[in-house]
Amino acid sequence: MRRIINLRPGRGGIVLWGALPFLAAGVAYALASSARLAANPNDKLLPQLESFAAAIGRLALNPDARTGDYLMWVDTLASLQRLGMGLGVATALALVLGLAIGLIPYVRAGLSPFVGVVSMIPPMAVLPVLFIVFGLDELSKVVLIVFGVAPFLVRDLALKVGDLPREQLIKAQTLGASTWQIVVRVVLPQMLPRLIDAVRLSLGPAWLFLISAEAIAATEGLGYRIFLVRRYMAMDVILPYVAWITLLAFLSDAGLRWVNARFFPWLKAGKGQS
Amino acid sequence: MRTLFKSALVALGLALTLVTTAAQSPALAAEKQSFRIAWSIYAGWMPWGYAADSGIMKKWADKYGISVEIVQINDYVESINQYTAGAFDGCVMTNMDALTIPAAGGVDSTALISGDYSDGNDGVVLKGGGSLAEIKGRDVNLVELSVSHYLLARALDSVGLSERDVRVVNTADADIVSAFASPDVTAVVTWNPQLSEVRKAEGAAMVFDSSKVPGEIIDLMVVNTETLKDNPSLGKALVGAWYETLALMRDAGPKGTEALTAMATAAGTDLEGYKAQLATTKMFYTPAEAVAFASSPELVKGMDLVRTFSFDHGLLGEGARTVDAVGIAFPGGTVLGDAGNVKLRFDADHMRMAQEGKL
Repeated sequence: MRRIINLRPGRGGIVLWGALPFLAAGVAYALASSARLAANPNDKLLPQLESFAAAIGRLALNPDARTGDYLMWVDTLASLQRLGMGLGVATALALVLGLAIGLIPYVRAGLSPFVGVVSMIPPMAVLPVLFIVFGLDELSKVVLIVFGVAPFLVRDLALKVGDLPREQLIKAQTLGASTWQIVVRVVLPQMLPRLIDAVRLSLGPAWLFLISAEAIAATEGLGYRIFLVRRYMAMDVILPYVAWITLLAFLSDAGLRWVNARFFPWLKAGKGQS
Repeated sequence: MRTLFKSALVALGLALTLVTTAAQSPALAAEKQSFRIAWSIYAGWMPWGYAADSGIMKKWADKYGISVEIVQINDYVESINQYTAGAFDGCVMTNMDALTIPAAGGVDSTALISGDYSDGNDGVVLKGGGSLAEIKGRDVNLVELSVSHYLLARALDSVGLSERDVRVVNTADADIVSAFASPDVTAVVTWNPQLSEVRKAEGAAMVFDSSKVPGEIIDLMVVNTETLKDNPSLGKALVGAWYETLALMRDAGPKGTEALTAMATAAGTDLEGYKAQLATTKMFYTPAEAVAFASSPELVKGMDLVRTFSFDHGLLGEGARTVDAVGIAFPGGTVLGDAGNVKLRFDADHMRMAQEGKL
């Protein structure tokens, strides 16, 4: 039938259609930029695409005049470390608490309301408290990420454990499995890939908290650099940094998806039924 | 299908308008009748808010047949960025920010009014230390690349230390006070009103303040030079309204108290608190004082220090190969730096008109 809902792009067509919005955005930027630069050659708001290359070259390939560091790599390393630690701790917390809350009625009765309430506290609102308790150093930045992401992961995992068919647990018990064996052999293999999917979804908030923490007090980091050069409106640094952050986030998402596909193939196989 | 097409058209139209307005806004500067001026909360800038609320600004704008909208912006740096991008015709800022943001960004700017200089409003505070030299080896929390950073550099200079002897930690101005409550923060540089809060902490001592570098941290009303040239009435109306408001502040009678109280409330403090802030602000209440300051050789010396600091910290922009890259012009024809690329102009003409009663 020649209806628009039945027309599909071919293999090359998909690439073309996918590239089109990027191209359009690039062209719109270049047009607006050259218009502004024609009026004021030193305009800082929409610098030329070439000045992005120059700024990246300066930050990534040349040592900083004052400190001798390669700023972009120092920033990237610092930020990824904070993000990795924060997400790592949050994931571990989610694994332990989420499984326990979902599986063990006594833990659920004790912790579920508390986690539910904690997850409603906006992390940015208690930031001054975090500073005073954990200091201004790395710890408070990691804690902010954990505080922002962990409650979501815990609740999500607890709900998914709760959604497990009762029959599975009963069957395992009739086969003589202990609680620990049920956790390791029945629940974990099904929950790990779902946890990783939840972590993928929380990458965005995690970056948000990271950048917020770095904006408030830091000596290096991707968010730190953006908020520092914002003081003199260096868009030639800010926009490439934003693109770099987007790329890093995209790659970590793709990496986690690959981990899921590679190590937990049964999730995909089971998608048809559940 | 038709609605899809329609919304696509609307989106395209929107994008086109965005692009074209972004391109055209500087060209429309001429034949303007209405102007927008941005300001933010600070002891020396509160008169702008009062001038707008009390109708003084409108009175002066009407006199010159224009309209001037005074807009309060909560984020100081954002207000300067908006001005630099062309959204405002004028904005209040310090001399250093005027040099490093609009001027370094190629926006030819005129410091229409030199309003005051910081005379103790910015300070270095140490925990458990009585002298500035004890700052050596410490982490110093401050808003990096701001006048606080500049003040730190000047303070370190005064005791023979350099920035390498401390570790600067960029900290948002809104969080300085709570940061200082944390035990691992032992040195901060900040400005009022945060400064007065930080000084109250136990064991805190102010070891250096801006009264030791008088006339170097200046608060200005900066307007777009081109706009000012095309519309001289804008400059006259702003200067007229400014000095009328300042005269009210010095009025010993109930009118003066009323104006000061209104400014204090707007600044989030009370009359006493605001008077304390004004005590560490060297306001130029009369145009004569401001003209004398703007024409003095001390201003040139101060700007030379500021531009050297700015260049050393890479604030003059990518194209700046030398400290002379951005020219600064002073009343009387003195120029610091590249005379062919003057982007920041200190003006005394309008303030002199006020002095001579010609407004």
